[in-house]
Amino acid sequence: MNKPAEPNSFRTGPDEQGMFGIFGGRFVAETLMPLILELERHWNEARDDPEFRAELNALSTFYAGRPSKLYFAEGLTRHLREVSSAKGLGGGAKIYFKREDLNHTGSHKINNCLGQILLAKRMGKKRIIAETGAGQHGVASATVAARFGYPCVVYMGATDVERQKPNVFRMKLLGAEVRPVSAGHGTLKDAMNEALRDWVTNVEDTYYLIGTAAGPHPYPELVRDFQSVIGIEARAQILEQEGRLPDAIIAAVGGGSNAIGLFHPFLDDRGVKIIGIEAGGRGLDGIEHCASMNAGKPGVLHGNRTYLLQNADGQILDGHSISAGLDYPGVGPEHSWLRDSGRVDYVPILDNEALEAFQLTTRVEGIIPALESAHAIAHAMKLAPTMGKDQIVIVNLSGRGDKDVHTVAGMLGMEI
Amino acid sequence: MTTRIDRCMAKLKAEGRPALVTYFMSGDPDYDTALSIMKALPKAGSDIIEMGMPFSDPMADGPAIQAAGLRALKGGQTLVKTLEMARDFRAGDDETPIVLMGYYNPIYSHGVDRFLADAKASGIDGLIVVDLPPEMDEELCIPAVKAGINFIRLATPTTDDKRLPKVLQNTSGFVYYVSMTGITGSALADTAKVAPAVTRIKSHTDLPVCVGFGVKTAEQARVIGASADGVVVGTAIVNAVANVLGPKGEKTADPAEAVATLVSGLAQGVHSARLAPAE
Repeated sequence: MNKPAEPNSFRTGPDEQGMFGIFGGRFVAETLMPLILELERHWNEARDDPEFRAELNALSTFYAGRPSKLYFAEGLTRHLREVSSAKGLGGGAKIYFKREDLNHTGSHKINNCLGQILLAKRMGKKRIIAETGAGQHGVASATVAARFGYPCVVYMGATDVERQKPNVFRMKLLGAEVRPVSAGHGTLKDAMNEALRDWVTNVEDTYYLIGTAAGPHPYPELVRDFQSVIGIEARAQILEQEGRLPDAIIAAVGGGSNAIGLFHPFLDDRGVKIIGIEAGGRGLDGIEHCASMNAGKPGVLHGNRTYLLQNADGQILDGHSISAGLDYPGVGPEHSWLRDSGRVDYVPILDNEALEAFQLTTRVEGIIPALESAHAIAHAMKLAPTMGKDQIVIVNLSGRGDKDVHTVAGMLGMEI
Repeated sequence: MTTRIDRCMAKLKAEGRPALVTYFMSGDPDYDTALSIMKALPKAGSDIIEMGMPFSDPMADGPAIQAAGLRALKGGQTLVKTLEMARDFRAGDDETPIVLMGYYNPIYSHGVDRFLADAKASGIDGLIVVDLPPEMDEELCIPAVKAGINFIRLATPTTDDKRLPKVLQNTSGFVYYVSMTGITGSALADTAKVAPAVTRIKSHTDLPVCVGFGVKTAEQARVIGASADGVVVGTAIVNAVANVLGPKGEKTADPAEAVATLVSGLAQGVHSARLAPAE
């Protein structure tokens, strides 16, 4: 792709049409258009309303448990310094984890759900729908729906229902109805199609609580803003704990909400290298991966233009990842723009590399990371040994891995 | 510049009857069968043909059209083959308007300018692209109109009077009124609500208004045709094809004949719509 001229700031998007360069936009059926405009109106009022901000802050603090800690991962750092020494490099950057896994519901998803449920309340909606891949967003949606007394329907691919059973049960306990979607490969893409079909049918009373920084404008912007608390906190915390900004920050990218949340507040800190990790699955040479920005091309799906895995006819491919949360053939539009503008590097990590990071982190840190987050850690494991001991890397530990133990046991040939 | 759609609508207006607009999925279940279905449509009484372009992720379609699209893709259908099918049809019929209906990504992937040139050369008269609202007119609508292809917009129950002018602004050929909020193939909403909705849209435009979503029977076609300039039938036709396919996709009867039987009945309904003139 053509590289646009470097802007003065990387933090000004989207424009009034919801575009980040050529990406983003509002590619939806006419039935949904008035709703999306209504959402944008309410969002623009809410974002500057001190009362809205105060309510969200209170919930974030006392309900979700924010701020999440920025934790110096000493065990992993020590391990990677040994790796560095063994390679004769003698380095090994300090690794910090932004502990989104410690939030209520066990991932960063609660940040967005709290914001959007307050928007739904403000708009007078009576019913919540959501799509989910790994089930983390489904659980967070079911949680806020329970807390605010809304009925909630969660669409989830049938394959994901199978591989994320604990989360399916949690959603049901929370009172949500989980509707399995068997179209396609039965993953996040198919769940999102079905959620959009529900929305277009129940426009009057339903709020669609999108879980990632994708979809039609204003979703990519508002989800980013609700998730930016991650980066805002991390930036202040590293300044307090280390007295300086990090050298690199790393996050996994499926739709990309935890990543954009961490990245956005750092975008104009030009000295901070920013790396997004895509699901490399079983390798980029085949079709069993979800690396849309490394192996896809721009296209239009789910309301926005962005990098997509697609064939020569413009049909969307299903992709594959060990991690249900990364198993999506697209990515949020702002990431596509950041890719083309060169501000952020997007690199793939394979299933088995993520699995190794999952196990190592569990053993040397006593933290079981989500398989999504394990992709980000896996890249830190490659990068940190090549950096100096005085350098700093922040990895977004976007969620806890309890939900993945069945998948991992299966991969390791164990029974639980 | 008049198009086949304009001429067709003018002729039917002079005859005092509404148009029967029929949707089929190109390539379902395979190229040759779909072409035979397409050729059967005008003979059975269809005035305008909507050619479905299969897409892997049809977000506004119900289970029937989703399944039809997947059958077509499985049968090897592509955008290029859909245009080829239109050309094959045009070799024997230079009059019946063809409207392509589908989603934007295959068009965007093909390249907008190249697509419009190819579509024009294939005898395509109009486009309905579900995921391109007026806010995105620069993408395809305006280039299409410049290329002499009608861009037909959907108006829905959520399109209020304030928004209608924006929706109608670059629309040509006809306006497609979606009779309810929902996906294709859902149960027809209250037919009594259709006439006031058509009147409301007509107060904003001189374009013909065709009504669809949920029309399955000749009787429904007759009732809707009493107020609308055209009646669109899609899912019922796609189902007629599916009904003669066995579990492995094998044909248990001739799909073109099954479609022709259904469309003939619908045509009778539409033709009798104004025996007692509504206007």
